[in-house]
Amino acid sequence: MMSTLWAVARRDLLLARRRRVEALLPLGFFIIAAGLFPIGVGPEPQTLRQIGPGVAWVCALLAAMLSVTQMFASDHQDGSLEQMLIAAPPLLLIVAAKVLAQWLSAGLPLVLVSPLIGLLFDMGGSAIAILALGLLLGTPILSLLGAVGAALTLGLRSGAALVFLLVLPLTVPVLIFGAGAVAAVEAGQSPQAHLSLLGALLILSALLAPLATAAALRISLD
Amino acid sequence: MPLTTYAAPSRFYALAGKLIPWCWAVTLLTALAGLYIGFAIAPTDFQQGQAYRIIFIHVPAAWMSMLIYLVMAFWAAWGWMLNARMAAIYARALAPTGAMFTVMALWTGALWGKPTWGTWWVWDARLTSEFILLLMYLGYIALVEAIDDPKRAVNAGALLAIVGAVNVPVIYFSVRWWNTLHQGSTISATAAPKMVATMLTAMLLMTIAFWAYSFATAFTRARAMVLEQESDNAWVQDLADGRA
Repeated sequence: MMSTLWAVARRDLLLARRRRVEALLPLGFFIIAAGLFPIGVGPEPQTLRQIGPGVAWVCALLAAMLSVTQMFASDHQDGSLEQMLIAAPPLLLIVAAKVLAQWLSAGLPLVLVSPLIGLLFDMGGSAIAILALGLLLGTPILSLLGAVGAALTLGLRSGAALVFLLVLPLTVPVLIFGAGAVAAVEAGQSPQAHLSLLGALLILSALLAPLATAAALRISLD
Repeated sequence: MPLTTYAAPSRFYALAGKLIPWCWAVTLLTALAGLYIGFAIAPTDFQQGQAYRIIFIHVPAAWMSMLIYLVMAFWAAWGWMLNARMAAIYARALAPTGAMFTVMALWTGALWGKPTWGTWWVWDARLTSEFILLLMYLGYIALVEAIDDPKRAVNAGALLAIVGAVNVPVIYFSVRWWNTLHQGSTISATAAPKMVATMLTAMLLMTIAFWAYSFATAFTRARAMVLEQESDNAWVQDLADGRA
């Protein structure tokens, strides 16, 4: 069972590595989008520090949606997705592996770059650490929820735009707790409650989202 | 005749056709009575003046917007699991009405907020949740409309409605948490004093009117969808030729 998971995840990671620029595009979007805010809002450090956590999180949300639309697209185009549906290993496992690979190639880079965004917004050391920790817990949720949206919109003309409309309302709790954790640190409070709730959301979505994704794939390819 | 026979599209079509005028009649009568009691008979609120009267439209609309989403998710799940065609059609037919009530609740809320709070919009927990609910309705409608194959469209919509319904409590409580952390307590609509009987009557009448309206519009939409889906069948051909 584990071997299937690793085989699928390794294959997707290899594919991502072969198309390196394409895989890194969401990361570029993340940095550009966050970098535009100080230019639009103004360079006062006080303002930037206040909007920093929210901006970083919103941009991470959008960047995650941007990458998630591609999760099943190429497999759908060359027909290998249909093979996965009728293959012996459970579809749930394959979905979990693909989500894992997607997070490793698109979500984890966002986490790693987030301290840089924190510096751009003049955030303190502890705030930056909590921002990265929150993103570490939150970006897998985005990949999991995004997978449902990507599976539902498989092969549709306006699929990419639809994913934004379908999935972003569902990510509101992630945004609230993620940005709230950083705001709590900056207000001198403990971010533990926020992070615990993010962890709870992660467990919940890790249990339910792959089920929904597998069902959505079956609906889309029926 | 058992009730389940109306799950057959042709029977549903005939029955809904008979019910729609009655639904409209109930809508019109209760809405007129409710608006008259609410706007002419109910006493003026001593704190909010005349402005409070918008709640006779606002509160029932907000109720309907939430209820219709749950009903929609229920029919969607039913249609998907049991492969029942009519259930899937009900879910699809309800969505635009639900979205309309959500817009109405937001709009009347803004009209009430301007004289009472001094602003059209605050990021209050209820307003924010209602706003997200509207986005979820729009997402459902957009997804169902974007898929050409009708069977895939209703099933994908069903899955989305279920995922949304599971998420609604999570979203609602997270928004409440966020709101209390960020704003302290804003003016709460729940702190309204005890309602006079006439106000309650007006509110109930308006609720009945909105229910009847929802039935009327959903039936009308469902009938059109049935005709479209069954256009190859003999009874639709008969109908088109004027033989039925």
